[in-house]
Amino acid sequence: MKRNPYRSQKIAFALLLLATLLIIVPVGLIVVIIVQKGLPAINWQFLSDIPRQGMRAGGIFPAIVGTLYLVFGAILFALPIGLLAAIYLSEYSKENFMSRIIKLAIVNLAGVPSVVYGLFGLALFVVFFKFGASILSGSLTLGIMILPIIITTSREALESVPQSFREVSLSLGASKWQTIRHIVLPNAIPGVLTGTILGLGRAAGETAPILFTVAAFYLPQLPKSIFDQAMALPYHLYVISTQVPNVDEKVRYGTALVLLAMVLFMNLIAIIIRYKFRRKKKW
Amino acid sequence: MVAPQVKFEIRDLNVWFGPAQAIKRLDMEIAANEILSVIGPSNSGKTTFLRTLNRLIELNVNCRVSGAVELEGKDVFRIDAELLRKKIGMVFALPLPLPLSIFDNVAYGVRMHGLKNKDKIKAIAEEALKEAYLWEEVKDRLAESAFKLSGGQQQRLCIARTLAVGPEVILFDEPCSGLDPISTAKVEDAMLKLKEKYTIVLVTNNVKQAARVGDRTAFFLSGELIEVDKTDRIFTAPRDKRTDGYIRGKFG
Repeated sequence: MKRNPYRSQKIAFALLLLATLLIIVPVGLIVVIIVQKGLPAINWQFLSDIPRQGMRAGGIFPAIVGTLYLVFGAILFALPIGLLAAIYLSEYSKENFMSRIIKLAIVNLAGVPSVVYGLFGLALFVVFFKFGASILSGSLTLGIMILPIIITTSREALESVPQSFREVSLSLGASKWQTIRHIVLPNAIPGVLTGTILGLGRAAGETAPILFTVAAFYLPQLPKSIFDQAMALPYHLYVISTQVPNVDEKVRYGTALVLLAMVLFMNLIAIIIRYKFRRKKKW
Repeated sequence: MVAPQVKFEIRDLNVWFGPAQAIKRLDMEIAANEILSVIGPSNSGKTTFLRTLNRLIELNVNCRVSGAVELEGKDVFRIDAELLRKKIGMVFALPLPLPLSIFDNVAYGVRMHGLKNKDKIKAIAEEALKEAYLWEEVKDRLAESAFKLSGGQQQRLCIARTLAVGPEVILFDEPCSGLDPISTAKVEDAMLKLKEKYTIVLVTNNVKQAARVGDRTAFFLSGELIEVDKTDRIFTAPRDKRTDGYIRGKFG
């Protein structure tokens, strides 16, 4: 058979399109199914009440609050450390054995399974530092888990600032730190924020790291301090889906919908920030 | 009239990037208030030479320097790099405004050096913009992004930004390579005026530009200084036939 370059191009194009469409289908299905089954459960009581009747009725307010605490606790810890580490890695460290080890460690940190983070958090924060099963332990564990995301995206953001800006700033007699502070950082902030919010979304959705470190099976009250246990949406979803018999399907899907909405909302914010700054970008 | 004061004295300067030697055994003097044009084909070490003078080559991790560069008798490699670059301004090949407003671009240097007084900053910026022949064109739009200016205006903005710091020497690295002939003429006019106050080193790929503005012209080839002399002499009676060949466009 003689090869027809025009036809092989068409086949390649069709395959690429097919693969791309295959990505959209599961996303669409997940959203449709969860919205369809969960939406009937959503009302004011569901969002603002404590769980009642052995979590078969009432609301999921403590779990929403718990997840918010955990997510912002994680970011409070991971953003400063991650950003400073990224600045060091991209602006100061020289290419040598040490910096290669650090970069390798970050890549590996991103590859650690989340349940291992849970066990690690249990050993270090809950037991060794005696924080107990608490918001503090959970936030720190989640923080370490999202650290690689924040470092990697921040480094990319810093390195995408053109080298010529640094040269101009230095050539005007500004110091290296002034250059970073006034030229590099302001132009990297959108990328850093995007990474941070992606990290937030990841932290909000994970079950395993909070399983051993913070999550309460059933706690019909709000946490009073960072040393309290708390409920959290992913774990609550797990509990009502597998551990409690006879939970109405719409309560489960309602919980899933709230969690999904929170994560998608954060991603949406990330996209908006990126879009706004890209339009403002001046080079 | 007193003999021209020596601004830069360069002795036995060698620069390597990894194993490749970019500048070989360079000896040269640069007098105060002269325009020294540096010509030569690509890869002849012209830009490296400029970036050695303000130590910007130190940004290259694998760069190595030997020999001496003295600014008014002081070894530049022993002066604080920030202080040195305050005295030696640089205008780059492409117009490179910082992503700031027109005003903030010009004010950037002095602000970084700690000047806080707003009126003083304003006065310095206005003065610098006038010196770079840009004031009339931008005085009503100082708050606009510097990227809204045309290429030629951006390059004059970069000159103003360099002047605002109050340098003694200005290094021009092919400042007109991206500009049209009219903008080029404006930048050249600015340079000729600036020479009254500043020492200028101009690296250029445009031989005619060297002839138009340079007091003296240096010809570099493969990292070596072939000859340096009064511009008239270089262009009428060069001593080396390679210089002659280059300015006649026979190679490079």
